[in-house]
Amino acid sequence: MNPLFGMIARRLLIALGTMVLVSLAVFATSLLIEGDVAEAILGQSATPQALAGLRAAMHLDQPAWARYLDWAGGMVAGDPGTSLVTGLPVAALIGPRLGNSLALAGVTALVAVPLALTLGIAAAVRRGTLFDRAISLGTIAIVSVPEFLVATLLVMVFAVKLRWLPALSSMRDVGSMGDMARMFVLPVAALACVVIAQMVRMTRAAVIDALASSYAEAARLKGVAPRRLVLSHALPNAVGPIANAVALSLSTLLGGVIVIEIIFNYPGVARLMVDAVAMRDMPLVLSVAMIFCASYLLLVTVADIVAILANPRLRHR
Amino acid sequence: MSVASPPSPRRVRRFAISGRIGAFLVGFWLLVALFGPMLAPHPVGAVVDLDVFSPASAAFPLGTDYLGRDMLSRVLGAARHTVAIAFLATLLAAITGYFFGLMAAAGGWGDLLLSRVFDTIIAIPSLMFGLVVIASLGASVPVLIGTLAVVYMPGAFRNARALAFGVMALDFVTVARARGERLPYIVVREVLPNVTGPLLADIGLRFVFVVLLLSGLSFLGLGVQPPQADLGSLVRENIAGLGFGAWAVLVPAFAIASLTIGINLTIDALPKRGRR
Repeated sequence: MNPLFGMIARRLLIALGTMVLVSLAVFATSLLIEGDVAEAILGQSATPQALAGLRAAMHLDQPAWARYLDWAGGMVAGDPGTSLVTGLPVAALIGPRLGNSLALAGVTALVAVPLALTLGIAAAVRRGTLFDRAISLGTIAIVSVPEFLVATLLVMVFAVKLRWLPALSSMRDVGSMGDMARMFVLPVAALACVVIAQMVRMTRAAVIDALASSYAEAARLKGVAPRRLVLSHALPNAVGPIANAVALSLSTLLGGVIVIEIIFNYPGVARLMVDAVAMRDMPLVLSVAMIFCASYLLLVTVADIVAILANPRLRHR
Repeated sequence: MSVASPPSPRRVRRFAISGRIGAFLVGFWLLVALFGPMLAPHPVGAVVDLDVFSPASAAFPLGTDYLGRDMLSRVLGAARHTVAIAFLATLLAAITGYFFGLMAAAGGWGDLLLSRVFDTIIAIPSLMFGLVVIASLGASVPVLIGTLAVVYMPGAFRNARALAFGVMALDFVTVARARGERLPYIVVREVLPNVTGPLLADIGLRFVFVVLLLSGLSFLGLGVQPPQADLGSLVRENIAGLGFGAWAVLVPAFAIASLTIGINLTIDALPKRGRR
């Protein structure tokens, strides 16, 4: 039996365990609500009878662990409960918008990952040159400013001053595929900027580490051409750290999606989430939060598995 | 940065200049946070212009906002909230995170348990965690400070733990153990002085993260609540002006950026000895 399978299985088990712990933490946080959800809904009109009735209807009279099992079971089965504010099933509210958010995140990742890897590797190879310094300065500037500054600047330049692109995303104005694509450009560009900056920095550091190792030194002394040194000596060993860099940067994409969707009025899950938090619609808040947590954990786990697979010491056992 | 390159004179000077710019920006915002409202040319909340979103003029150096309030006065008032909340949250995160981190570096069951707890918090995207807490506790300043502190505590814990682990393996700690010193003595007298520099840099970075998350929450309308406002809320309330290029949207956003970039530049210019 190859030790690889064992290690991957172990990684998956750890991810599953972390997911359970995360769901416990998120659920426990929702219990901090002052009074309880029934009081929050009824507000001024809360009579003792109405409260008791609503609590029984929402199973609030049961102990916390029973409610957790009920909720977690529902999440796994794809039925995360009913929205308190609208009275609609949470799944029906999230369903159509989740696709839009995934499209935004997916297109951004497709644009950002190849671009960031190219820039990061190029900067590492030309370390210390003007190009490298410009990249370092640009990325540290983007990493240390809020996402909404990058987005508002892009809108100012491309939508307000140059009038090339629409500032807001509105499905009503979409008449053709071209309109659809134009609507996508600014949100994707803003999100990609933020993600790329993070990813370039981490990729650059990983490749610099690999180039500074003793086997890279040996190859250099042997007279290997610089191109070959990077492509066949340094990069294969940097795959693990780079996969990690990609996963961590894509997780900033998850947070960025919310801010970007709000700025561009994009019809994704973000508006839903922000409104739900303001209205304290806990079932909806918890469901969206768990979707984001699960996506994050998935990214990190995939990166870990790629790192395991890319490690030649484990491959040839 | 694992490769130590010998500092050439030019390199040192370049760092010094960017560091001075950074320190100037940090000092500037500290002064604004302390004395800002006193320097404001108009009352912070007063509507002083008939026109809304007006551009910069002699009376209103940074233009006016969506209600016709002086933008300069608004920023001077809001910076205090941003800096004060972020400062308290960072301090709370750092003190608790470092305390547990140094304790965990001693190993044992406590380490396993603490690492497990903090790993779980780290596995929740920070904005999501903030949103869930605010949904259940409501957005008030104490809740914001507590939430920001909890979100950035695990990072402080991990850094302190990793740094302390390195020092724990050194000879002088072994000597102290052999002398029969107790754990609190070893942590405070032997380990802490050797990790102070890197931890200070870590505090600075953590402050930047806290400012960014706080601004993000306020931008979503879930941070500092009106009539109080921090820099993120100023961006939010003026976002309607974005479509016609109003200054009022960009000014507070650039204010946040100059604060965070200033801190990053300052940290970068600090001596790198022992930095991870």
